[in-house]
Amino acid sequence: MRLGLVIDLDVCVGCHACAIACKQWNASGMTGALTDYEPYGAEPSGVWFNRIRSYEVGEYPVSKTINFPMSCMHCEDAACVTVCPTGASYKRAEDGIVLVDQDKCMGCNFCSWACPYGARELDRATGTMKKCTLCADRIYDQNLAVEDRQPACVLTCPAHARMFGDFDDPESAVSRTVRERSGYQLMPELGYNPTNHYLPPRKAKPIPIENLGKPGFKEKLKTFVNKVVKR
Amino acid sequence: MHPAFSVIFFTVSSGAGLGLFALLVLADLFKLGGGLSSQALLMPGILAIFLVGGGFLSSVFHLANPKNSWRAVMRFRTSWLSREGVFGLLFFPFASIYLGLAWLAPESWLPVRYVFGIVALLLSWAAIFSTGMIYACLKTIRQWNTPLTPANYLALGHFSGVLLLLAFLPQENQGLFVFLAIALLAVAAFLKAIYYFWIVAPHISSTINTATGFNRAKVKLLDQGHTHGTFLTQEFGFQVARKYRLILKAIFFLIAFVYPLMILIGNPTQGGMVIATISALLGLVVERWLFFAEARHVVNLYHGAQRC
Repeated sequence: MRLGLVIDLDVCVGCHACAIACKQWNASGMTGALTDYEPYGAEPSGVWFNRIRSYEVGEYPVSKTINFPMSCMHCEDAACVTVCPTGASYKRAEDGIVLVDQDKCMGCNFCSWACPYGARELDRATGTMKKCTLCADRIYDQNLAVEDRQPACVLTCPAHARMFGDFDDPESAVSRTVRERSGYQLMPELGYNPTNHYLPPRKAKPIPIENLGKPGFKEKLKTFVNKVVKR
Repeated sequence: MHPAFSVIFFTVSSGAGLGLFALLVLADLFKLGGGLSSQALLMPGILAIFLVGGGFLSSVFHLANPKNSWRAVMRFRTSWLSREGVFGLLFFPFASIYLGLAWLAPESWLPVRYVFGIVALLLSWAAIFSTGMIYACLKTIRQWNTPLTPANYLALGHFSGVLLLLAFLPQENQGLFVFLAIALLAVAAFLKAIYYFWIVAPHISSTINTATGFNRAKVKLLDQGHTHGTFLTQEFGFQVARKYRLILKAIFFLIAFVYPLMILIGNPTQGGMVIATISALLGLVVERWLFFAEARHVVNLYHGAQRC
Protein backbone atom coordinates (compact mmCIF):
# COMPACT_ATOMS: atom_id res chain seq x y z
CA MET A 1 0.00 0.00 0.00
CA ARG A 2 1.05 3.54 -0.61
CA LEU A 3 -1.35 5.81 1.22
CA GLY A 4 -1.54 9.49 0.47
CA LEU A 5 -3.70 12.47 -0.35
CA VAL A 6 -4.95 14.13 -3.48
CA ILE A 7 -5.61 17.83 -3.15
CA ASP A 8 -7.87 19.49 -5.66
CA LEU A 9 -6.65 23.05 -6.23
CA ASP A 10 -9.66 23.69 -8.42
CA VAL A 11 -12.13 23.55 -5.57
CA CYS A 12 -10.09 24.41 -2.47
CA VAL A 13 -11.61 27.55 -1.02
CA GLY A 14 -8.84 28.21 1.50
CA CYS A 15 -11.04 27.98 4.58
CA HIS A 16 -8.30 26.34 6.75
CA ALA A 17 -10.85 23.82 8.06
CA CYS A 18 -8.45 20.94 7.23
CA ALA A 19 -5.73 22.55 9.35
CA ILE A 20 -8.13 23.05 12.25
CA ALA A 21 -9.49 19.50 12.04
CA CYS A 22 -5.92 18.22 11.87
CA LYS A 23 -4.94 20.16 14.94
CA GLN A 24 -8.04 19.03 16.80
CA TRP A 25 -7.48 15.35 16.06
CA ASN A 26 -3.72 15.26 16.44
CA ALA A 27 -3.46 17.41 19.57
CA SER A 28 -4.58 14.29 21.42
CA GLY A 29 -3.26 11.83 18.85
CA MET A 30 -0.16 9.65 18.73
CA THR A 31 2.28 12.58 18.37
CA GLY A 32 0.29 15.11 20.43
CA ALA A 33 0.22 17.62 21.86
CA LEU A 34 0.83 20.15 19.12
CA THR A 35 2.13 22.93 21.29
CA ASP A 36 1.04 26.51 20.78
CA TYR A 37 3.33 29.33 21.83
CA GLU A 38 1.55 32.47 23.05
CA PRO A 39 -1.77 31.46 21.49
CA TYR A 40 -3.52 34.55 22.86
CA GLY A 41 -0.46 36.80 22.89
CA ALA A 42 0.81 39.35 20.43
CA GLU A 43 2.92 36.83 18.53
CA PRO A 44 0.93 33.60 18.28
CA SER A 45 2.82 30.65 16.84
CA GLY A 46 2.83 26.89 17.17
CA VAL A 47 3.10 23.46 15.65
CA TRP A 48 0.83 22.58 12.74
CA PHE A 49 0.90 19.56 10.45
CA ASN A 50 -1.03 21.28 7.75
CA ARG A 51 -0.63 24.82 6.45
CA ILE A 52 -2.61 26.64 3.81
CA ARG A 53 -1.04 29.35 1.70
CA SER A 54 -2.62 31.41 -1.06
CA TYR A 55 -1.00 32.34 -4.34
CA GLU A 56 -1.89 34.53 -7.27
CA VAL A 57 -1.19 32.70 -10.50
CA GLY A 58 -0.92 34.84 -13.63
CA GLU A 59 -1.06 38.59 -13.76
CA TYR A 60 -4.11 40.79 -13.36
CA PRO A 61 -6.56 40.72 -15.08
CA VAL A 62 -5.68 37.22 -16.29
CA SER A 63 -5.02 35.82 -12.86
CA LYS A 64 -6.46 33.37 -10.39
CA THR A 65 -6.14 32.91 -6.66
CA ILE A 66 -5.04 29.41 -5.71
CA ASN A 67 -5.36 28.18 -2.15
CA PHE A 68 -2.61 25.72 -1.46
CA PRO A 69 -2.85 23.32 1.50
CA MET A 70 0.39 21.52 2.28
CA SER A 71 1.17 18.70 4.67
CA CYS A 72 3.63 15.82 4.62
CA MET A 73 3.83 14.30 1.12
CA HIS A 74 4.87 10.87 2.47
CA CYS A 75 7.56 10.71 -0.22
CA GLU A 76 8.63 7.42 -1.75
CA ASP A 77 12.29 8.51 -1.49
CA ALA A 78 11.97 10.36 1.80
CA ALA A 79 15.26 12.15 2.44
CA CYS A 80 14.06 13.08 5.93
CA VAL A 81 14.22 9.39 6.82
CA THR A 82 17.67 8.73 5.34
CA VAL A 83 19.28 11.74 7.04
CA CYS A 84 17.82 10.97 10.49
CA PRO A 85 20.77 9.94 12.70
CA THR A 86 18.72 8.33 15.48
CA GLY A 87 16.31 6.21 13.48
CA ALA A 88 13.39 8.17 14.96
CA SER A 89 12.10 8.98 11.47
CA TYR A 90 10.87 5.99 9.57
CA LYS A 91 8.69 5.07 6.63
CA ARG A 92 6.32 2.22 7.24
CA ALA A 93 6.79 -0.62 4.78
CA GLU A 94 3.16 -1.68 4.91
CA ASP A 95 1.48 1.60 3.96
CA GLY A 96 4.25 4.11 3.17
CA ILE A 97 3.37 6.52 5.99
CA VAL A 98 6.37 8.54 7.21
CA LEU A 99 6.37 8.88 11.00
CA VAL A 100 8.57 10.16 13.81
CA ASP A 101 9.09 8.01 16.89
CA GLN A 102 8.73 10.62 19.62
CA ASP A 103 10.69 8.45 22.07
CA LYS A 104 13.77 8.35 19.85
CA CYS A 105 13.90 11.86 18.36
CA MET A 106 16.68 14.08 19.70
CA GLY A 107 15.50 17.29 18.03
CA CYS A 108 18.50 17.98 15.78
CA ASN A 109 16.30 19.53 13.02
CA PHE A 110 18.27 17.71 10.32
CA CYS A 111 15.14 16.07 8.84
CA SER A 112 13.43 19.45 8.54
CA TRP A 113 16.45 20.69 6.58
CA ALA A 114 16.11 17.74 4.21
CA CYS A 115 12.38 18.29 3.65
CA PRO A 116 11.63 20.65 0.74
CA TYR A 117 7.94 20.90 1.60
CA GLY A 118 8.21 22.32 5.12
CA ALA A 119 6.29 19.34 6.46
CA ARG A 120 8.26 18.97 9.68
CA GLU A 121 8.09 21.32 12.61
CA LEU A 122 9.99 21.17 15.87
CA ASP A 123 7.88 21.23 19.03
CA ARG A 124 9.89 23.37 21.44
CA ALA A 125 7.96 22.03 24.44
CA THR A 126 8.89 18.38 23.88
CA GLY A 127 12.07 19.02 21.88
CA THR A 128 11.00 16.58 19.21
CA MET A 129 10.11 16.82 15.55
CA LYS A 130 6.45 16.54 14.65
CA LYS A 131 4.73 15.93 11.38
CA CYS A 132 1.58 14.72 9.64
CA THR A 133 0.80 11.12 10.57
CA LEU A 134 -1.86 10.75 7.88
CA CYS A 135 -3.99 10.08 10.96
CA ALA A 136 -2.41 6.65 11.30
CA ASP A 137 -4.21 6.36 14.64
CA ARG A 138 -7.57 6.83 12.95
CA ILE A 139 -7.57 5.22 9.50
CA TYR A 140 -7.26 1.69 10.95
CA ASP A 141 -9.55 2.23 13.95
CA GLN A 142 -12.01 -0.68 13.98
CA ASN A 143 -14.29 1.22 16.34
CA LEU A 144 -15.04 3.85 13.72
CA ALA A 145 -17.53 3.41 10.91
CA VAL A 146 -15.77 2.45 7.65
CA GLU A 147 -16.47 5.81 6.02
CA ASP A 148 -14.91 7.59 9.02
CA ARG A 149 -11.60 5.74 8.69
CA GLN A 150 -9.98 8.62 6.84
CA PRO A 151 -7.66 11.45 7.90
CA ALA A 152 -9.40 14.24 9.79
CA CYS A 153 -8.54 16.82 7.12
CA VAL A 154 -10.22 14.76 4.39
CA LEU A 155 -13.37 14.16 6.42
CA THR A 156 -13.82 17.79 7.33
CA CYS A 157 -13.15 19.47 3.99
CA PRO A 158 -16.41 21.23 3.08
CA ALA A 159 -15.43 21.63 -0.56
CA HIS A 160 -14.38 17.97 -0.97
CA ALA A 161 -11.01 19.20 -2.14
CA ARG A 162 -9.15 16.37 -0.42
CA MET A 163 -9.12 12.67 -1.20
CA PHE A 164 -7.40 9.85 0.63
CA GLY A 165 -6.46 6.49 -0.78
CA ASP A 166 -3.96 3.93 -1.99
CA PHE A 167 -1.75 5.01 -4.88
CA ASP A 168 -0.39 1.49 -5.39
CA ASP A 169 -3.79 0.36 -6.60
CA PRO A 170 -4.19 1.72 -10.16
CA GLU A 171 -7.98 1.48 -9.90
CA SER A 172 -8.36 3.28 -6.58
CA ALA A 173 -10.29 6.56 -6.62
CA VAL A 174 -7.13 8.59 -6.00
CA SER A 175 -5.15 6.89 -8.77
CA ARG A 176 -7.99 7.31 -11.23
CA THR A 177 -8.53 10.97 -10.34
CA VAL A 178 -4.82 11.74 -10.67
CA ARG A 179 -4.81 10.03 -14.07
CA GLU A 180 -7.93 11.77 -15.33
CA ARG A 181 -7.22 15.23 -14.01
CA SER A 182 -3.43 15.28 -14.69
CA GLY A 183 -2.51 15.33 -11.02
CA TYR A 184 1.08 16.33 -10.38
CA GLN A 185 3.76 16.25 -7.69
CA LEU A 186 5.46 19.31 -6.20
CA MET A 187 9.13 20.01 -6.97
CA PRO A 188 9.61 16.80 -8.94
CA GLU A 189 13.14 17.94 -9.87
CA LEU A 190 14.38 17.08 -6.37
CA GLY A 191 13.49 13.44 -6.99
CA TYR A 192 11.79 12.68 -3.68
CA ASN A 193 8.79 11.19 -5.49
CA PRO A 194 6.11 12.56 -3.15
CA THR A 195 2.99 10.42 -2.77
CA ASN A 196 0.56 13.32 -2.41
CA HIS A 197 -0.65 14.73 -5.70
CA TYR A 198 -2.23 18.06 -6.60
CA LEU A 199 -4.97 18.51 -9.16
CA PRO A 200 -4.60 21.65 -11.27
CA PRO A 201 -7.54 24.05 -11.66
CA ARG A 202 -9.83 23.11 -14.51
CA LYS A 203 -10.33 25.41 -17.43
CA ALA A 204 -13.49 27.43 -16.93
CA LYS A 205 -15.26 29.75 -19.31
CA PRO A 206 -14.26 33.32 -18.47
CA ILE A 207 -17.06 35.40 -17.03
CA PRO A 208 -17.55 38.33 -19.43
CA ILE A 209 -17.14 41.75 -17.91
CA GLU A 210 -16.97 43.98 -21.01
CA ASN A 211 -19.19 44.47 -24.12
CA LEU A 212 -22.10 42.75 -22.52
CA GLY A 213 -24.60 44.04 -25.09
CA LYS A 214 -27.80 45.89 -24.30
CA PRO A 215 -28.91 45.60 -20.67
CA GLY A 216 -32.06 43.62 -20.13
CA PHE A 217 -35.01 44.64 -17.92
CA LYS A 218 -33.35 43.20 -14.79
CA GLU A 219 -30.18 45.18 -15.35
CA LYS A 220 -32.15 48.37 -16.05
CA LEU A 221 -34.14 47.89 -12.86
CA LYS A 222 -30.95 47.32 -10.86
CA THR A 223 -29.32 50.45 -12.27
CA PHE A 224 -32.49 52.43 -11.51
CA VAL A 225 -32.67 51.15 -7.92
CA ASN A 226 -29.00 51.89 -7.41
CA LYS A 227 -29.59 55.43 -8.59
CA VAL A 228 -32.58 55.99 -6.35
CA VAL A 229 -31.41 54.35 -3.15
CA LYS A 230 -28.59 56.25 -1.49
CA ARG A 231 -26.15 53.95 0.37
CA MET B 1 19.19 29.39 7.20
CA HIS B 2 19.26 30.53 10.78
CA PRO B 3 22.91 30.58 11.92
CA ALA B 4 22.90 28.82 15.31
CA PHE B 5 25.92 29.83 17.36
CA SER B 6 26.41 26.38 18.89
CA VAL B 7 26.73 24.79 15.44
CA ILE B 8 29.12 27.53 14.27
CA PHE B 9 31.28 27.00 17.35
CA PHE B 10 31.10 23.23 16.96
CA THR B 11 32.18 23.13 13.31
CA VAL B 12 34.99 25.68 13.74
CA SER B 13 36.30 24.15 16.96
CA SER B 14 36.09 20.47 15.99
CA GLY B 15 37.38 21.23 12.47
CA ALA B 16 40.45 22.96 13.90
CA GLY B 17 41.00 20.21 16.48
CA LEU B 18 40.69 17.38 13.97
CA GLY B 19 42.88 19.22 11.45
CA LEU B 20 45.50 19.86 14.12
CA PHE B 21 45.53 16.23 15.20
CA ALA B 22 45.76 14.96 11.62
CA LEU B 23 48.79 17.19 11.02
CA LEU B 24 50.41 16.09 14.28
CA VAL B 25 50.17 12.43 13.27
CA LEU B 26 51.41 13.20 9.76
CA ALA B 27 54.36 15.15 11.20
CA ASP B 28 55.12 12.25 13.52
CA LEU B 29 54.83 9.57 10.83
CA PHE B 30 56.83 11.30 8.13
CA LYS B 31 59.18 13.15 10.49
CA LEU B 32 58.14 16.48 8.98
CA GLY B 33 60.53 19.28 9.87
CA GLY B 34 62.81 16.74 11.57
CA GLY B 35 59.91 15.23 13.51
CA LEU B 36 58.23 16.48 16.65
CA SER B 37 59.48 15.39 20.05
CA SER B 38 56.95 13.52 22.18
CA GLN B 39 56.71 16.61 24.42
CA ALA B 40 55.97 18.76 21.35
CA LEU B 41 53.25 16.29 20.34
CA LEU B 42 51.61 16.23 23.73
CA MET B 43 50.42 19.80 24.30
CA PRO B 44 48.92 20.42 20.82
CA GLY B 45 47.47 16.91 20.92
CA ILE B 46 45.67 17.58 24.19
CA LEU B 47 44.40 20.90 22.86
CA ALA B 48 43.12 19.12 19.73
CA ILE B 49 41.18 16.61 21.83
CA PHE B 50 39.73 19.44 23.94
CA LEU B 51 38.70 21.40 20.83
CA VAL B 52 36.94 18.37 19.35
CA GLY B 53 35.37 17.45 22.69
CA GLY B 54 34.20 21.00 23.34
CA GLY B 55 32.73 21.16 19.88
CA PHE B 56 30.85 17.90 20.36
CA LEU B 57 29.51 19.02 23.73
CA SER B 58 28.30 22.29 22.22
CA SER B 59 26.58 20.38 19.40
CA VAL B 60 24.83 18.14 21.93
CA PHE B 61 23.51 21.16 23.83
CA HIS B 62 22.27 22.58 20.54
CA LEU B 63 19.79 19.67 20.35
CA ALA B 64 16.22 20.26 21.44
CA ASN B 65 16.13 16.91 23.24
CA PRO B 66 19.73 16.14 24.33
CA LYS B 67 18.78 13.13 26.44
CA ASN B 68 18.33 11.14 23.21
CA SER B 69 21.66 12.26 21.74
CA TRP B 70 23.24 8.84 22.34
CA ARG B 71 20.89 7.49 19.70
CA ALA B 72 22.65 9.60 17.07
CA VAL B 73 25.04 6.73 16.31
CA MET B 74 22.20 4.40 15.31
CA ARG B 75 21.89 5.17 11.59
CA PHE B 76 25.50 4.97 10.43
CA ARG B 77 24.44 3.35 7.18
CA THR B 78 22.34 6.23 5.87
CA SER B 79 22.93 9.43 7.82
CA TRP B 80 26.00 11.65 7.54
CA LEU B 81 25.19 13.15 10.94
CA SER B 82 25.34 9.68 12.43
CA ARG B 83 28.63 8.99 10.63
CA GLU B 84 30.11 12.21 11.97
CA GLY B 85 29.09 11.15 15.46
CA VAL B 86 30.57 7.67 15.11
CA PHE B 87 33.88 8.86 13.60
CA GLY B 88 34.09 11.65 16.17
CA LEU B 89 33.44 9.34 19.11
CA LEU B 90 35.92 6.73 17.87
CA PHE B 91 38.49 9.48 17.42
CA PHE B 92 38.75 10.12 21.18
CA PRO B 93 40.04 6.70 22.35
CA PHE B 94 42.48 6.33 19.45
CA ALA B 95 43.77 9.87 19.78
CA SER B 96 44.12 9.57 23.56
CA ILE B 97 45.95 6.24 23.40
CA TYR B 98 48.23 7.62 20.68
CA LEU B 99 49.12 10.61 22.85
CA GLY B 100 49.54 8.39 25.90
CA LEU B 101 51.95 6.16 24.04
CA ALA B 102 53.85 9.18 22.74
CA TRP B 103 54.20 10.42 26.30
CA LEU B 104 54.91 7.25 28.30
CA ALA B 105 55.75 4.29 26.09
CA PRO B 106 59.35 3.25 25.39
CA GLU B 107 60.87 3.38 21.91
CA SER B 108 60.08 -0.28 21.23
CA TRP B 109 56.34 0.54 21.26
CA LEU B 110 56.71 2.87 18.27
CA PRO B 111 54.81 0.62 15.76
CA VAL B 112 51.85 0.39 18.16
CA ARG B 113 51.84 4.15 18.53
CA TYR B 114 51.91 4.54 14.75
CA VAL B 115 48.98 2.16 14.32
CA PHE B 116 46.88 4.18 16.78
CA GLY B 117 48.11 7.39 15.13
CA ILE B 118 47.13 6.24 11.64
CA VAL B 119 43.67 5.15 12.81
CA ALA B 120 43.18 8.50 14.60
CA LEU B 121 44.36 10.29 11.44
CA LEU B 122 41.90 8.44 9.21
CA LEU B 123 39.10 8.98 11.73
CA SER B 124 39.78 12.71 11.92
CA TRP B 125 39.68 12.99 8.12
CA ALA B 126 36.48 10.94 8.01
CA ALA B 127 34.93 13.12 10.73
CA ILE B 128 35.71 16.43 8.98
CA PHE B 129 34.50 15.01 5.67
CA SER B 130 31.27 13.83 7.34
CA THR B 131 30.73 17.31 8.81
CA GLY B 132 30.94 18.72 5.30
CA MET B 133 28.68 16.02 3.89
CA ILE B 134 25.97 16.77 6.47
CA TYR B 135 25.44 20.00 4.56
CA ALA B 136 26.47 18.83 1.10
CA CYS B 137 23.97 15.94 1.02
CA LEU B 138 20.93 18.24 1.26
CA LYS B 139 19.31 18.65 -2.15
CA THR B 140 17.02 21.26 -0.63
CA ILE B 141 19.80 23.83 -0.22
CA ARG B 142 21.57 24.62 -3.47
CA GLN B 143 24.33 26.65 -1.81
CA TRP B 144 25.41 23.58 0.18
CA ASN B 145 24.72 20.78 -2.27
CA THR B 146 28.18 20.84 -3.86
CA PRO B 147 31.49 18.93 -3.52
CA LEU B 148 33.00 22.30 -2.59
CA THR B 149 31.36 22.04 0.83
CA PRO B 150 33.33 19.04 2.20
CA ALA B 151 36.40 20.32 0.33
CA ASN B 152 36.09 23.65 2.16
CA TYR B 153 35.61 21.95 5.51
CA LEU B 154 38.71 19.80 5.00
CA ALA B 155 40.84 22.71 3.77
CA LEU B 156 39.75 25.12 6.52
CA GLY B 157 40.11 22.45 9.21
CA HIS B 158 43.70 21.70 8.20
CA PHE B 159 44.51 25.38 7.72
CA SER B 160 43.33 26.31 11.23
CA GLY B 161 45.05 23.15 12.53
CA VAL B 162 48.44 24.06 11.13
CA LEU B 163 48.16 27.59 12.57
CA LEU B 164 47.40 26.10 16.00
CA LEU B 165 50.41 23.79 15.62
CA LEU B 166 52.67 26.73 14.73
CA ALA B 167 51.41 28.62 17.78
CA PHE B 168 52.88 25.81 19.91
CA LEU B 169 56.24 25.55 18.18
CA PRO B 170 59.24 27.67 19.23
CA GLN B 171 60.55 29.79 16.39
CA GLU B 172 63.56 27.57 15.58
CA ASN B 173 61.37 24.47 14.95
CA GLN B 174 58.83 26.18 12.69
CA GLY B 175 60.75 25.79 9.40
CA LEU B 176 58.76 23.43 7.22
CA PHE B 177 55.45 24.04 8.99
CA VAL B 178 55.46 27.68 7.88
CA PHE B 179 55.61 26.53 4.27
CA LEU B 180 52.91 23.95 4.97
CA ALA B 181 50.75 26.67 6.51
CA ILE B 182 51.21 28.96 3.51
CA ALA B 183 50.32 26.10 1.15
CA LEU B 184 47.20 25.18 3.16
CA LEU B 185 46.25 28.84 3.37
CA ALA B 186 46.49 29.15 -0.41
CA VAL B 187 44.38 26.02 -0.95
CA ALA B 188 41.75 27.07 1.60
CA ALA B 189 41.53 30.64 0.29
CA PHE B 190 41.27 29.51 -3.33
CA LEU B 191 38.59 26.91 -2.58
CA LYS B 192 36.58 29.42 -0.58
CA ALA B 193 36.94 32.05 -3.30
CA ILE B 194 35.75 29.54 -5.90
CA TYR B 195 32.80 28.76 -3.63
CA TYR B 196 31.86 32.42 -3.25
CA PHE B 197 31.99 33.01 -7.00
CA TRP B 198 30.11 29.78 -7.61
CA ILE B 199 27.15 30.52 -5.32
CA VAL B 200 26.45 33.93 -6.86
CA ALA B 201 26.65 32.59 -10.42
CA PRO B 202 23.28 31.96 -12.08
CA HIS B 203 22.03 28.41 -11.56
CA ILE B 204 19.24 26.16 -12.63
CA SER B 205 17.33 25.78 -9.42
CA SER B 206 13.89 25.20 -8.02
CA THR B 207 11.55 28.14 -8.46
CA ILE B 208 8.18 29.13 -7.08
CA ASN B 209 6.80 27.67 -10.32
CA THR B 210 8.19 24.16 -9.80
CA ALA B 211 7.27 24.40 -6.12
CA THR B 212 3.60 25.06 -6.85
CA GLY B 213 3.41 23.28 -10.20
CA PHE B 214 2.23 26.36 -12.07
CA ASN B 215 4.95 26.42 -14.67
CA ARG B 216 3.46 28.68 -17.29
CA ALA B 217 2.50 31.75 -15.32
CA LYS B 218 3.90 34.18 -12.82
CA VAL B 219 3.18 33.00 -9.28
CA LYS B 220 3.01 35.41 -6.38
CA LEU B 221 2.38 34.74 -2.70
CA LEU B 222 -0.80 36.39 -1.43
CA ASP B 223 -1.07 34.96 2.06
CA GLN B 224 1.31 32.85 4.14
CA GLY B 225 -1.51 31.45 6.23
CA HIS B 226 -0.05 32.53 9.56
CA THR B 227 -0.01 35.85 11.38
CA HIS B 228 3.32 35.54 13.17
CA GLY B 229 6.40 33.44 12.38
CA THR B 230 6.44 29.65 12.37
CA PHE B 231 9.19 27.11 12.91
CA LEU B 232 9.76 27.24 9.15
CA THR B 233 10.23 31.00 8.95
CA GLN B 234 12.44 31.04 12.04
CA GLU B 235 14.66 28.19 10.85
CA PHE B 236 14.78 28.90 7.12
CA GLY B 237 13.68 32.49 6.65
CA PHE B 238 16.92 34.14 7.79
CA GLN B 239 18.44 36.54 5.24
CA VAL B 240 21.27 39.04 5.14
CA ALA B 241 21.50 41.96 2.77
CA ARG B 242 23.98 41.58 -0.12
CA LYS B 243 25.94 44.61 1.09
CA TYR B 244 26.57 43.08 4.53
CA ARG B 245 27.46 39.73 2.99
CA LEU B 246 30.16 41.41 0.90
CA ILE B 247 31.51 43.29 3.91
CA LEU B 248 31.58 40.09 5.98
CA LYS B 249 33.34 38.20 3.19
CA ALA B 250 35.97 40.93 3.05
CA ILE B 251 36.42 40.79 6.84
CA PHE B 252 36.68 37.00 6.70
CA PHE B 253 39.37 37.01 4.00
CA LEU B 254 41.26 39.77 5.77
CA ILE B 255 41.43 38.24 9.25
CA ALA B 256 41.48 34.56 8.24
CA PHE B 257 43.88 34.69 5.28
CA VAL B 258 45.56 38.05 4.64
CA TYR B 259 46.69 38.84 8.19
CA PRO B 260 47.97 35.29 8.98
CA LEU B 261 49.75 35.27 5.60
CA MET B 262 51.53 38.51 6.48
CA ILE B 263 52.62 37.00 9.80
CA LEU B 264 53.67 33.74 8.13
CA ILE B 265 55.89 35.29 5.46
CA GLY B 266 57.50 37.69 7.95
CA ASN B 267 59.52 35.11 9.97
CA PRO B 268 56.84 34.63 12.66
CA THR B 269 57.48 34.65 16.38
CA GLN B 270 55.46 32.32 18.61
CA GLY B 271 53.48 35.25 20.00
CA GLY B 272 52.77 36.49 16.50
CA MET B 273 51.49 33.04 15.58
CA VAL B 274 49.15 32.95 18.59
CA ILE B 275 47.59 36.24 17.49
CA ALA B 276 47.43 35.08 13.86
CA THR B 277 45.72 31.85 14.94
CA ILE B 278 43.12 33.65 17.04
CA SER B 279 42.50 36.03 14.16
CA ALA B 280 42.07 33.13 11.73
CA LEU B 281 39.70 31.28 14.05
CA LEU B 282 37.57 34.42 14.43
CA GLY B 283 37.62 34.68 10.64
CA LEU B 284 36.35 31.11 10.41
CA VAL B 285 33.49 31.99 12.78
CA VAL B 286 32.52 34.76 10.35
CA GLU B 287 32.88 32.32 7.44
CA ARG B 288 30.69 29.71 9.15
CA TRP B 289 28.06 32.32 10.01
CA LEU B 290 27.96 33.34 6.35
CA PHE B 291 27.81 29.68 5.29
CA PHE B 292 24.49 29.43 7.11
CA ALA B 293 23.23 32.94 6.43
CA GLU B 294 23.74 32.62 2.66
CA ALA B 295 22.03 29.25 2.36
CA ARG B 296 18.51 29.45 0.97
CA HIS B 297 16.25 26.50 1.67
CA VAL B 298 13.65 25.68 -0.99
CA VAL B 299 10.83 25.94 1.55
CA ASN B 300 11.23 29.71 1.17
CA LEU B 301 9.62 29.30 -2.26
CA TYR B 302 6.35 28.50 -0.50
CA HIS B 303 6.78 31.66 1.53
CA GLY B 304 7.05 33.82 -1.55
CA ALA B 305 10.69 33.63 -2.75
CA GLN B 306 10.74 33.48 -6.55
CA ARG B 307 13.82 31.23 -6.74
CA CYS B 308 16.40 29.72 -4.42
